[in-house]
Amino acid sequence: MNSTVSIKQRWQAFTTTLWKQRVSYLFIAPFLICFTVFIVIPIVLANALAFFSFDAISRPTFIGWDNFLTILARDRIFLQNAIPNTFKFAIIVGPLGYALSFILAWLIHQLPKRIRDIFTIAIYTPSLSAGVAMSVVWLVIFNGDRVGYLNNFLLSIGMVRDPQLWLQDPQYFMNIMIIVSLWASMGVGFLAMLAGLQTVNTELYEAGAIDGISNRLQEIYYITIPAIKPQMLFGAIMSVVGTLKAGSIGAMLAGSPITPQYSGHLITNHIDDYAFIRYELGYASALSVVLLLLVYGSSRLSFRLFATKGDE
Amino acid sequence: MEPNLVHIPKPKTGLRIRLLRIRWKKIDLFQVLAMIGLTLLALFMLLPIVFIINHAFKPISELFLYPPRFWSNQPTLFNFQQLILKSQTTVIPFSRYLFNSVLTTLVTVAGVIFVSSLAAYAFAKQRFIGRELFFSFTIIALMFAPETVAIPRYLVIANLGIMDTYLVHVLPLLAAPVGVFLMKQFMDQIPNELIEAAKIDGAKEWVVFFRIALPICMPAVATIGILAFQGSWAQTETSVLFTSTESMKTLPYYTMTLTNGLANNVVGQGVAAAAGLIMFAPNLVVFLLFQRRVLNTMAHSGIK
Repeated sequence: MNSTVSIKQRWQAFTTTLWKQRVSYLFIAPFLICFTVFIVIPIVLANALAFFSFDAISRPTFIGWDNFLTILARDRIFLQNAIPNTFKFAIIVGPLGYALSFILAWLIHQLPKRIRDIFTIAIYTPSLSAGVAMSVVWLVIFNGDRVGYLNNFLLSIGMVRDPQLWLQDPQYFMNIMIIVSLWASMGVGFLAMLAGLQTVNTELYEAGAIDGISNRLQEIYYITIPAIKPQMLFGAIMSVVGTLKAGSIGAMLAGSPITPQYSGHLITNHIDDYAFIRYELGYASALSVVLLLLVYGSSRLSFRLFATKGDE
Repeated sequence: MEPNLVHIPKPKTGLRIRLLRIRWKKIDLFQVLAMIGLTLLALFMLLPIVFIINHAFKPISELFLYPPRFWSNQPTLFNFQQLILKSQTTVIPFSRYLFNSVLTTLVTVAGVIFVSSLAAYAFAKQRFIGRELFFSFTIIALMFAPETVAIPRYLVIANLGIMDTYLVHVLPLLAAPVGVFLMKQFMDQIPNELIEAAKIDGAKEWVVFFRIALPICMPAVATIGILAFQGSWAQTETSVLFTSTESMKTLPYYTMTLTNGLANNVVGQGVAAAAGLIMFAPNLVVFLLFQRRVLNTMAHSGIK
């Protein structure tokens, strides 16, 4: 009897606090609603659909783990092209692009304040041009006949004898994708790290000099990186997500959803292929669950690497 | 260990030289090297950008010149005229795509700013049950890429019954975890005393938010506005997936149809270059205008 009363009282106390805090819930309501509808529900749906066979017209039928078994055992293109390609692409573009962002941000920070802005714009602008504008430039530069800028340049210095079909040749395609992505990889993460560098207390460097830090590399390792770890974590997550979700770039360079002999086929392209060309939505969802897990796993790894410990 | 730091200019040198010395005295060899390296790299990075701009103004005679030229000798607006003329012969005029894009982008930017800063204010400055939980969801959602769940998003939007309306270009983008996160980090900087003082004077939460928090956070507002702008202005996904009527599609979609199969299309290339420039230029201009504020906001982007 007594306990039921106290539970009731507690419940009442809880609801009154909720009611008192109603303004706060109103503040976050618009975001939470959009968040639920366009992020949470799609993720839950993707996980659910992954266990069904669904062609967008007839009713979905439950097939258990079959989709995942197919991914792991029978999907030749996924195992031989999409996975190795994605790993190659992600391992080069992710860490290398990230390291480049950090190094460039640091170098820019070494310059006098007045001229930093110019370099920031120069390095950041390529990431702005991603998308449609990008395909205009790169298609012309890597054009397969001798009017292409790269071909013309290589022909004129005698490096090649005939124009190369850069974008049709599987041998080159992946490397071109990597170069173009690296060129455009100095985005939000780069800005975050550059801004982070400006917040580092300069007294730390003076103190470091007294404690025996003698060169710039030591300074970066012992002072700069620990000081901007939080911004570096943000940059790392942006870079992980940006790299693993890439896919449109191959399609844009190839001019079709499928790259030459699957040479630039990434997991995202594989999902699009099954979802919007073959209409095997269940299977495509299973693939996207795999991709989500990959993104999540890599982000956790970044957290492990860059998380600040305790009250650091 | 830098003798330059204690260097005192000789009294006899002229004013000009002295000023120069003061200006350059902090620059050592390393900085000079860094500057040279960065300048070369920056030029290299900017080449394709210069190319986009030049290509758009080239007359047809120069577009396919052999050997190809980087600079345009006789810049012309021909490509832009073609872009507008070309679409007049089709069912939907160019202006309709442009109008769609401008309208949905403006609404998206305003919406993202409003939705994100409201939530960020609550996360940063209010105490309520579930605050930590909801914010940790937001952090996890930073890792979310909408591209990975295109199919379920399609199903959600189809079931909401907003297919083929302007809403599909706006609503999905309003869920912007990065915006909320950046805004919250910035709002953390507002001193609590300021908000307490306003409340003692009788201001309601809404008033505090609109009169105090938002004005202080203008750099962050500009930043998430820019990010929302970039996300919305260039995206083709919503046009491809969520609309079927041509008159509901946006400019990037139209540009994409122009650039597809570009390799074997002679006249198309100039038009595509012009359209590409129209897509790219606003991004650059907006960033140039707000660069300082963006960096100011990004300084607080750390995840602890």
